[in-house]
Amino acid sequence: MTPFTYERASDPAAAARAVAARPDARFIAGGTNLVDLMKLGVERPGHLVDVSRLKLDAIEPRPEGGLKIGAQVKNSVLAADEQVRKLYPLLSRALLAGASGQLRNMASTGGNLLQRTRCFYFADVSQPCNKRTPGSGCAALGGFNRIHAVLGATEACIATNPSDMAVAMAALDARVETVTGEGAPREIPLGELYRAPGEGPETTLGHGELITAVLLPPPPPGRQVYRKVRDRASYAFALVSVAAVVDAADGRVRGGRLALGGVAHKPWRVEEAERLFDGGVETRLFDRIADAALSGARGYGHNDFKIDLARRAIRRTLADAAGDVS
Amino acid sequence: MTTLSPTKGPIGEPLDRVDGRLKVTGAARYAAERKPSAPPLHGVIVGATVAKGRVTAIDAAAAEAAPGVRLVMTHRNAPKQPEFGPARIAGNRFQRARPVLGDDRVRHWGEPVAFVVADTFEQARAAADLVKVTYEAEPHAIGLEEHLRDAYAPQTINVGMPTDTEVGDFEAAFAVAPVKVDETYHVAQQHHMAIEPHAAVAEWDGDELTVFTASQTIANARASLAATLGIDKEKVRLVSSYVGGGFGGKLGMRAETALAAFAAKALSRPVKAVQTRRQTFYTVGHRPEAIQRVRLSASRDGRLTGVSHEVWMQSSPVEEFAEQTASSTRALYGAPAILTRHRLVNLDMQGGEPVRAPGEAPGLLALESAIDELCHKLGMDPVEFRILNDTQIDPEKKKPFSSRHLVECLREGAARFGWADRPKSPRERREGAKLIGYGVSAAIRPNYIGPCAAYVRVAEDRSVIVRTDMTDIGTGTYTILTQVAAETLGVPLAAVKVELGDSRFPVSPGSGGSWGAASSASAVHDACLKVKAEMARTDEARVFEATGSVKGMRDTQAYKDFSQYCFGAHFAEVEVDEDTGEIRMRRMLGAFAAGRILNAKTARSQMIGGMIWGVSSALFEEAVNDPRTGHIVNGDLGEYHVAAHADAANVDAFFIDEHDERANALGAKGVGELGICGAGAALANAVFNATGVRARRFPITLDQVIAGV
Ligand SMILES: Cc1cc2nc3c(=O)[nH]c(=O)nc-3n(C[C@H](O)[C@H](O)[C@H](O)COP(=O)(O)OP(=O)(O)OC[C@H]3O[C@@H](n4cnc5c(N)ncnc54)[C@H](O)[C@@H]3O)c2cc1C
Repeated sequence: MTPFTYERASDPAAAARAVAARPDARFIAGGTNLVDLMKLGVERPGHLVDVSRLKLDAIEPRPEGGLKIGAQVKNSVLAADEQVRKLYPLLSRALLAGASGQLRNMASTGGNLLQRTRCFYFADVSQPCNKRTPGSGCAALGGFNRIHAVLGATEACIATNPSDMAVAMAALDARVETVTGEGAPREIPLGELYRAPGEGPETTLGHGELITAVLLPPPPPGRQVYRKVRDRASYAFALVSVAAVVDAADGRVRGGRLALGGVAHKPWRVEEAERLFDGGVETRLFDRIADAALSGARGYGHNDFKIDLARRAIRRTLADAAGDVS
Repeated sequence: MTTLSPTKGPIGEPLDRVDGRLKVTGAARYAAERKPSAPPLHGVIVGATVAKGRVTAIDAAAAEAAPGVRLVMTHRNAPKQPEFGPARIAGNRFQRARPVLGDDRVRHWGEPVAFVVADTFEQARAAADLVKVTYEAEPHAIGLEEHLRDAYAPQTINVGMPTDTEVGDFEAAFAVAPVKVDETYHVAQQHHMAIEPHAAVAEWDGDELTVFTASQTIANARASLAATLGIDKEKVRLVSSYVGGGFGGKLGMRAETALAAFAAKALSRPVKAVQTRRQTFYTVGHRPEAIQRVRLSASRDGRLTGVSHEVWMQSSPVEEFAEQTASSTRALYGAPAILTRHRLVNLDMQGGEPVRAPGEAPGLLALESAIDELCHKLGMDPVEFRILNDTQIDPEKKKPFSSRHLVECLREGAARFGWADRPKSPRERREGAKLIGYGVSAAIRPNYIGPCAAYVRVAEDRSVIVRTDMTDIGTGTYTILTQVAAETLGVPLAAVKVELGDSRFPVSPGSGGSWGAASSASAVHDACLKVKAEMARTDEARVFEATGSVKGMRDTQAYKDFSQYCFGAHFAEVEVDEDTGEIRMRRMLGAFAAGRILNAKTARSQMIGGMIWGVSSALFEEAVNDPRTGHIVNGDLGEYHVAAHADAANVDAFFIDEHDERANALGAKGVGELGICGAGAALANAVFNATGVRARRFPITLDQVIAGV
């Protein structure tokens, strides 16, 4: 870990300005990801701007319906919130499936969205990694890639986004509210927050752009289910996770949402797959949705099983969300 | 069942740990928390980033110029030390010199190449990042399966057991048998991962050295450190008052201890060094990856006619370690023909080390899976099969067992677990998307005793002090020795103070091989008897003291006349998600026969701890070596998975009442490692019972399951 200086921001705009002013500055919220990476030498900020005490810790109903979740709301608080549990059980479930009780008590909503990949090679500075050191190569490609992406990956990077929360947020059509380094407010659909894997920045946020809130529209009709498939019963990242909303009544599927975690550099939503939710009672409907969602999937050796696993998990989760329809 | 051991005093009672309050309040000081006479400097290890080669250049200028840095030690300025070799030595290898920064060679990834000492830990860590090491890498060999052609037979395997054995004519028996199994199992590389990382605080006073360190065996670590420093071991005081787990990883002396001692000498200041979690993956040994072929033959009525167990495992050209993986197979079942073999493959990695139940744990994963496969072919209840093939005579040594209650464990365990209600065939029971399965396995582990001495002193006020260099690595030694002393002397528990883990105290064999409790309790018992005899001769109110001892098994007739083992049976219920292949252990019960139990509570904790590790080794644990580099890809506890609480929610264990007077005067046997022995196989067998998928690669991950269902 390299030495760094530290300041506590007084308000969101000042925080954004402080980070924007120094190329080597970073925000720190719960620190549960950033500090680990600093100890490993993966992150080497010269200056930290602590945003954890900003008054961004409210969960408020929005006038037009839905919720506004402050970026500093802790994962544990968000998961336990009554409105969230009632309107967005998917989100509550996804949060509770992540990390451990201690970590969730520290982890913030904003930090969770921006946590870095768990790719082994990214976290090990002795190894080449295009994400960490652009142009150095990807050690995961020919290495041990059991936890890596099967969708949307490129030869430059096959890392996944590890967040459970983000998968649920993606399925719920969340938008991210920010303030830029220049002090300008901005809103970004969650689906546009993460860039395609390559050698450039991971997100569409500018340097110094602070996440201030996540905005959730009113919940879509239907039953929400989050299913996380992992190697041990708790405290493990998803090999595959499925966030599903299925609107079914009188034996017919009328609509739905599907987002996948653990398979790509971002929560994976496929429009063509979701269009199939209008498909009535076809017994093979969920198979077709799974096929569409996984179209283009490819394995890199150790992770080949994820494609079959994802298909199985999608079918099961959709069936669970549909209740007795399937 | 043997006669009830008469419990008149506190021995055997489920006494709470006498050091429990100190531990939960943080008052028990572990090595890194010990305070030397002046605040220590802090040292951080820099590990090699090639698997094999030579350090050609080290640029330490930036590190040396960094704030607070006092010393950057490399092979160029480290003290002269003895050479390490040869890979195999005649004596106690834990006491050999273990040079660090001794030369420019790199023998495995992560081997220390520099040690940076600074005023604060943060400064040392930051400066360690600045040390630039240039290597000339040489081609390395990594990957067991790829290098099997290089296998060789070691002279002996761990603890001096024979490498190969054969009783009867296995090949002949196998050739004609009507029912056979011939399968190959693979057990991944596993690591100790004690919660307390290896740590040391070293301080010199003239030519005398005091080191607070994390050691299971004081005498070993002390001798090894003295040999490495090239000084008389009388000049070294080593203290490990509290140890946060060892599991075999702290049997000897490790790099941080030698480096702290070197730097403390060079700087004339106390120096502290603590390994990081990642470093402990490279520098303290591991359970080597192994491939095991098991062949079984039986008559149609379920009698074993032959058992063969052949093992190929990773070793290191630098230091040989042959885990005794097939050794349990030599004594578990009464087959007329038994063949075992061990072969090593040298790879450019650190050598293996004992890891809880060395040999027995991985060997029983394979053997007890194969037995289940045989039972399935025979259509036999695997509990009845094991009872049918029990033996009261050690089939190899042709001697009776000192005590053997495997059958009682199987029967009593089956009754308490509800084995009779098990699903009789694979895929028979389901609850929604979950397939439910039951599995059973036998447990066996040798019973050892090591030469041990202990000092006991009774003061005028009848308060008692007990001293031995025996350690408490979280197992409960402080507590059981308190119980033994109180009962033997007839004094209240509160009158007894036990002091452990200091090389100034009489020498014990330490915590290892599950012999610590029986050895140290026997020595304390002997010392107390001597004191008591002395006290009986006089009415004087004075101080009484005595040193007691027990001989090691090699000098004890009962260990020559009898084959000494502990036994047990594991029962497991799992659920397997048919869609995702996820395996979750629902409940587990262990039944054990391990002599007289000295403390029902701490002994049970040992058993369930071992069983949980069994779950872990069957389902989770695997260190992945990248063959391109020789580094461990998943070297931290986020990705090297051990069982979490949710994976081990319902684990219970009980003991069959036993008192083995052939083991020692107290009738006690070792329990520390028995719990893991066979535990994993019970899960693997339950997975088969649930799904019909026979996984032979441990850990059994969900991809193996979905490939089969
Ligand atoms: C062992 C372990 C297991 C875990 N398991 C899981 C799991 O199963 N599932 C899961 O989803 N997660 C898991 N996590 C990850 C955990 O959820 C994240 O570490 C946490 O959510 C990050 O939040 P934080 O507030 O601590 O972020 P920090 O560490 O403070 O910050 C993370 C990043 O976000 C940036 N940042 C923080 N806040 C803002 C903001 N408001 N605006 C802009 N940038 C910001 C920081 O600069 C930094 O780059 C695990 C973590 C650990 C250590």
